[in-house]
Amino acid sequence: MNNLNVAKIQLNGNSYEINNGTNLNELLNKLKIQKNKVAIEVNGEIIEKNKYPNLILNKEDKVEIVHFIGGG
Amino acid sequence: MEDIFTIANKNFNSRLIVGTGKYKSFEETTNAVKASGADIVTVAVRRVNILDNGQPLLMDYLDPKSITYLPNTAGCYSSEEALRTLRLAREMGGWRLVKLEVLGDKKTLYPNIIETIKSTEILVKEGFEVMVYCTDDPIMTKKLEDVGACAIMPLGAPIGSGIGIQNKTNIVLIKEQSSVPVIVDAGVGTASDATIAMELGCDGVLLNTAIAEAQNPVLMAEAMKHAVIAGRKAFKAGRMEKKKYASASSPQRNLI
Repeated sequence: MNNLNVAKIQLNGNSYEINNGTNLNELLNKLKIQKNKVAIEVNGEIIEKNKYPNLILNKEDKVEIVHFIGGG
Repeated sequence: MEDIFTIANKNFNSRLIVGTGKYKSFEETTNAVKASGADIVTVAVRRVNILDNGQPLLMDYLDPKSITYLPNTAGCYSSEEALRTLRLAREMGGWRLVKLEVLGDKKTLYPNIIETIKSTEILVKEGFEVMVYCTDDPIMTKKLEDVGACAIMPLGAPIGSGIGIQNKTNIVLIKEQSSVPVIVDAGVGTASDATIAMELGCDGVLLNTAIAEAQNPVLMAEAMKHAVIAGRKAFKAGRMEKKKYASASSPQRNLI
């Protein structure tokens, strides 16, 4: 059964369901991630932070959210 | 006497740069970094764990406003991967000073210098200040400087090996010919290795495993801090001449 209100995206390599019309700010809020601590790529393109509210995700979009971890 | 360490027109007090990987906890990372006195820490860029959100992050423990984050490209085996990683790092909060490493082999973690030079050139054109992990080959480090690297970071030995500087002659040659800072990156195992790097005239030392895998990382971090200072001072002081035979330290006159 297809639910018309949800869309599946690829989030950090895994399938993830979002409501249709979700923008990047809303996705971060849902994930409880602060935007000043991450960088986001959608379909291979880095998105500037001021564009998060206007970037509406579509089904099958490939989203990568990265942050800094310990490293040498 | 002031001895300021300058990279890409930014001044730092400590000549020791430390990694933040391989620690047991963020508390241990923080304590070791503090004990090391480092002003710059290397960090890696990785995917956020979506299932684990709300958990503390490195940034919650080490404030990037009070310590310089140096994003790295560890784990990248091509120019494309390295560029993507550093562009993401810059977007995260304006990081322009970065550490580039493009690896060539999983077993040795030796750098792929062809890809490294190519990546440096592109990053410099994009406005990055690029500190470059490289082999201890004076011809290659000259090429890196020519394409705009802001620091040359030859390995002393393979990453994580802890066997100390294997080719002192090359490190000295590289230092002599470079007009940007030369920082020994990788291979340091214990305090004396860091001292040797500084005694050879290097501008700084970058290390991670030597502290993180010590039995007591915080104590080793403190040892490294002193080792780098000792080596630097010894270099600046100018060591005595080496002699074949003994030379008595007490006066020979007026012996009883």
